[in-house]
Amino acid sequence: MLSTDTIAVAMSGGVDSSTVAAMLRAEGHNVIGLTMQLWNQRRLAGYEGMPESVQGRCCSIDDVYDARRVAETLGIPYYVVNHEERFERDVVRPFVEEYLAGRTPIPCSLCNNHLKFDQLLIVAQQIGADKIATGHYAQVVFDEQINRWLLKRPADKSKDQTYFLFGLTQEQLNRTLFPLGGMTKPEVRELARKYNLVIAEKPDSQEICFVPGGDYKRFLEAYLNEQGTEPTEIAGEMVTTNGKVIGDHAGVHNFTVGQRKGLGVATGSPLYVIQIKNDTRQVVVGKDEELYSRILIAHRVNLISTAELREPMRVAVKIRHKHQPAPAMIESCGPDEVRVTFDDPQRAITPGQAAIFYDGDIVVGGGWIEHSE
Amino acid sequence: MRRVYLDNNATTPVLPEVMEAMRPYFGEHFGNASSIHHHGQDTRAAVERARESVAALLGGRASEVVFTSGGTEADNLAVFGLARPGDHVITSTIEHHAVLNACKHLAGKGCEITYVPVDGRGLVDPADVERAIRPNTKLITIMFANNETGVVQPVAEIGKIAAEADVYFHTDAVQAAGKTPVDVNQIGCDLLTISGHKLHGPQGVGALYIRKGTQLEAMLHGGSHERSRRAGTENVPGIVGLGKAAELARAGFQGGDDVRMDDREMAAARNRLERELLEIEATGLNGESAPRLPNTSNIYFDGIDGESLVIALDLKGLAVSTGAACSSGAIEPSHVLTSMGLRADRAKASVRFSLGKQNTAEDIDFALDVIPETVARLRELSPLWRKSAVST
Repeated sequence: MLSTDTIAVAMSGGVDSSTVAAMLRAEGHNVIGLTMQLWNQRRLAGYEGMPESVQGRCCSIDDVYDARRVAETLGIPYYVVNHEERFERDVVRPFVEEYLAGRTPIPCSLCNNHLKFDQLLIVAQQIGADKIATGHYAQVVFDEQINRWLLKRPADKSKDQTYFLFGLTQEQLNRTLFPLGGMTKPEVRELARKYNLVIAEKPDSQEICFVPGGDYKRFLEAYLNEQGTEPTEIAGEMVTTNGKVIGDHAGVHNFTVGQRKGLGVATGSPLYVIQIKNDTRQVVVGKDEELYSRILIAHRVNLISTAELREPMRVAVKIRHKHQPAPAMIESCGPDEVRVTFDDPQRAITPGQAAIFYDGDIVVGGGWIEHSE
Repeated sequence: MRRVYLDNNATTPVLPEVMEAMRPYFGEHFGNASSIHHHGQDTRAAVERARESVAALLGGRASEVVFTSGGTEADNLAVFGLARPGDHVITSTIEHHAVLNACKHLAGKGCEITYVPVDGRGLVDPADVERAIRPNTKLITIMFANNETGVVQPVAEIGKIAAEADVYFHTDAVQAAGKTPVDVNQIGCDLLTISGHKLHGPQGVGALYIRKGTQLEAMLHGGSHERSRRAGTENVPGIVGLGKAAELARAGFQGGDDVRMDDREMAAARNRLERELLEIEATGLNGESAPRLPNTSNIYFDGIDGESLVIALDLKGLAVSTGAACSSGAIEPSHVLTSMGLRADRAKASVRFSLGKQNTAEDIDFALDVIPETVARLRELSPLWRKSAVST
């Protein structure tokens, strides 16, 4: 089947997005390769704890070079577009602010919401592409009965990236293609080899792209240092669940709910971070059993498979990327707010992470975890 | 697909005559210009003829011309060849990175740098340069014409100020040479940079004019090439190409019978392009009312991203550009336009059109065909435009 519509592919220089470009090209589409320049790795070189020479992955010249070579092999036009300003405003700053507010953010979702499926989609449309395709493992299907676009889990459940895509609107889904949704990773690599793509054997990346070596604490401290924030502005006390002060800490960003290691206090029984208090900068520690809750409140909720939640709904809810979705009831509790009540208490519900609601493989919607009860 | 190239400030196509002049120096005339034998004598003569052509274009003497690998090396040689720790250097905020980053490097090595500003038209005020001079000022380096806006600086006035203060004056004339007459004695400069590929010569070759008597330290150390001012076996084909390009450029100013555009025809074509583009609503000319090169037009289109316009036009076959590209190929905000006080959104909405000798009236027609509709499409899809349209 030959089609001559124009599709922009968000190319990172990795196996997945490169293979997407090759597949769409082989199907006969007009393909335009786009890479977003999002962050300058050298920017924080030499700041607080950051070495003079920073070896980060994000927007590295090597990745752009790889993407460019793939585009050249495929014979498609390729461009790098600069979105550094938006990335800092909509992803990096919120990432830092969330940590300073005692939450544990997911920059990838913010990037998808504000950059990839917003800014890049606009650029794609402006330069004449009808749709944008990415190398995400997820599926988009149109349900004619309810007249809505659905986001579904991919064939390869081990690569499921729907957790990071819950913010997509109907308009965005309408213009988005995930060509790898029906494939497994080994199949994708096999296809990359078949198309003779130079990156066919390139290792997968896991870390947050703009944080060198995955060391987010070092990144935060260097960024705060660059922005002129004093370390005393982020330090605070460590207290037990019954309010007893047992020590000090150098910054709430060093902690995440459920964390056991690196608390800097020695006691007889194992201690875990139970809660991080935004207003007082207190880190509350306690026993493992104190980590469990049955209820969470999600805000800034985006619903996908339904326009609104008129009545409570049975779903499975995932509260972090590697979490096994747990059965729960969801109900609306305010504008863009949803109360999630799990059948069984869940461990370490972490503010700042996302809660995604699944109905089987279908993403009902998702929101940002505000707090647990 | 028809392709029209209006990015001649980035690089120009090598003219056929230039290519022809170079060709024998890849083949039969292959000697090392330093060799004693016939082959060396052959290429030595070619290099010296080219030197004379470059000197003639610039109004200097052949012995004052040093060939380099390009404009960047020539700029670096001028800056690093003169300034020593403790010296003071005056430059402007709108220089090419070959000068700006060389100065930045000097600052880390114990030199003091003053960056004189430009006004809203993109012009340096010679009085600012004069005021910046100190007892330890060693060098003033101000460009002849800006690569992004084409604005021509008051270099002759700055030359007078430099001469009176007995300070070396270097000017980066990379964009000016070949497009407008450049004369080292009219300017009163001690050093002047040109680049081969900006005047329809080959890439990878440039020259630095160094007035006789200028005490300049070499950067490359090796053989005694170029009177010990630049070691390394001469790039003979490149130098021959630059010489030929200089010769053709000079002939163009003398009103030769070349069918290709001379500077006056280029100005007329550029003016037509500009006039019609400025009829699109919410557009404006950067560097308006300043003296400009005949080939350059830098225009802002409110409500759009220049980067998207460049890509969209490229996909339709028209090559133009915006600002400077960084190592990944993404576009960086223009330091030139922001120095002129242009609003950040307007700086980002600006696109540069630059003509070359090879362009034709039909090329301008093509550009005028595709640009308005592309701007309209971009605006229709731009959140910035919707916002500004509501507010006005």
